[in-house]
Formats: sequence, structure tokens, C-alpha cells
Amino acid sequence: MKFAVVVFPGSNCDHDAYHATRHVLGQEAAFVWHKDTSLQGADAVILPGGFAHGDYLRTGAVARFSPIMQVVKRFADSGGPVLGICNGFQVLLEAGLLPGAMLRNRSGRFQCEHVIVKVEHTDTPFTSKCDPAQLLRIPIAHGEGNYYAEPDVVERLEARGQVIFRYAEASGAVASEANPNGSVHNIAGLCNERRNVVGMMPHPERACELAVGSADGLLILESAVQSVGQGTFATPQ
Amino acid sequence: MRARVFVTLKPSVFDPQGNIVTDALHTLGYAAVQNVRQGKYFELDIDAGTEEEARRLASEAADKLLANPVIESYRIEVESGAAGLIP
Repeated sequence: MKFAVVVFPGSNCDHDAYHATRHVLGQEAAFVWHKDTSLQGADAVILPGGFAHGDYLRTGAVARFSPIMQVVKRFADSGGPVLGICNGFQVLLEAGLLPGAMLRNRSGRFQCEHVIVKVEHTDTPFTSKCDPAQLLRIPIAHGEGNYYAEPDVVERLEARGQVIFRYAEASGAVASEANPNGSVHNIAGLCNERRNVVGMMPHPERACELAVGSADGLLILESAVQSVGQGTFATPQ
Repeated sequence: MRARVFVTLKPSVFDPQGNIVTDALHTLGYAAVQNVRQGKYFELDIDAGTEEEARRLASEAADKLLANPVIESYRIEVESGAAGLIP
């Protein structure tokens, strides 16, 4: 299968995503510039981490108007799998592809550390290879990962099972002590109603080889390969 | 015509930056400062015939870009006159 990795001015995890999909997974991968208007026939799209447009105004606020985002939106609207990682998640929120917004971390600090996230649902193209309630050790690196939405929106997300990852203790307990940024309900990642668009603050692409401390993130990307391979999710063009 | 747009976090939204500024002011000895909320301020020089027109444009800009309606609200002040002359 083929991954498209979108490159915004200021993206800095684009090469990590490319490396993980192309060299570790052995799949096809292509960089797509933010001014491009084609996803080059990709089966899945990754919006990588970084600081698109310098995080000016708000994280993701300007990236949302890049020409490629119209194409990504159409791809998502027709069921194509889209994964937003960290800044990519923030872009998805600003673009309205996922509900809610990001606030500065509760600590006021940029949090850069390995965390444990609990997989809440496996019926998305990026968690299909995970076990229910599986714990993944994946790094985070962000200043604004404090997920916020109005209480009724959060309630709806919970009711529809759209919370896909939660920060957890090593025991699997979802406790506030395990929450690195103050996000509501310990939310580390969520999906849209159709379940084909997933945003997550942790960086699975930085946890794909044991040499870098963890290979748990591989499951996320392998899930995409499996889902596309099985045709679980449409790959429109 | 100049429009001033003040973007602030909604009262219900936690403001870590404001809290840190509050703490810093307390460290400086300003115990009287009870709370700080941090926001953003924009000056838009707008080519518009009337204040209403300038306000409408500024409001559109705030809705579409300057503020995120999920967490922020805004208010607008419009000042007529040649924008270039206002410091």
C-alpha cells in the first residue's frame, strides 16, 4: 500500500513518518507538499508532527488553509484513512475533521517523554491490529496537547466510542497521574464518527524500532496496512 | 478604518499561560493581582466605507481565522479615520 505524508512548512516529523512506513514497514510512501493538490494515489494519509506554519496564531490554524487540506478533506469525506499525529492532530481539529481544540499543557511545559496509552477501540484503520485495552508505550513531545471540548461534545464522543487512546498507568488504570497534559478524560487520541480519521498526540512513528526505545507504534501503522489490505476502509481517489 | 479584535479564552476554559503569569506576578510581589487571563490582540487596517462594514469584515475574519470558537470568544472595536495616521 501507499502512504502519503503531508509536508507543511514547519513539519519536522515528516521524515520519521516516511522512514517508519517506507523503511521499517517496507510499504510505499510519498511526501506531499502542502501546496500540492494530489495525494499521488495514496491509500492512507499521514499528517505528521511538527510546527506547521510556525504554530502562528494557533497550532494548525494556518495549515488548515493549505491547498492540500481540501484534498485531504475530500479523501476523508469519502472514507479514506487519515492519521494526524501531534501537530497533525491539531491540524485535524482546526480543519474541523475532528471535534474539539487543544489548550496549552496544564503544566505550562513542553512535555517530551514516553507515556503509556490504552487502546480503547480497535475498529479504526489505525488500531485494527491492537488488542482491546492494549497498552502501548509511545513518546509524546508537545506543548499543546491539553485536549478540550465542551462537556456535551465530550459526552457524545464517549457515547459513540470515539475516544481511541487514553493516557494510562502501567497497570492500565486511567488515572489523572498518568495524564501528561491535562486533557479531558485523559484523551490521547480520538476518531471521527465514520472512524476513518484518527488524531493522536503520541508519536507512533517514533516508536517503530527497539533501537529507539519502543516498537509499539508499529502496531498503529501496521493496522493501516491491514485495513487497507482487507478493504475495510475505502481508498478513494 | 482600524478594527481592534480582542480574542480571549472563554471563561469556562482553563488558561495555563494566564496561571503562570499570575504566579510570576506573585513572585514579583504583586499579591494584589488575583488572576490573569491571557488573550490575543489584533489590529486590522480595513478599507471600508463605514464603521459597520469594517465591523462586519473584522467579525468575519475573527469567525474564520482569528478566533477558534471552540475555546475562544472575541470583541471588536472600530475606529474610523485614515488608518495610516493612527499610531
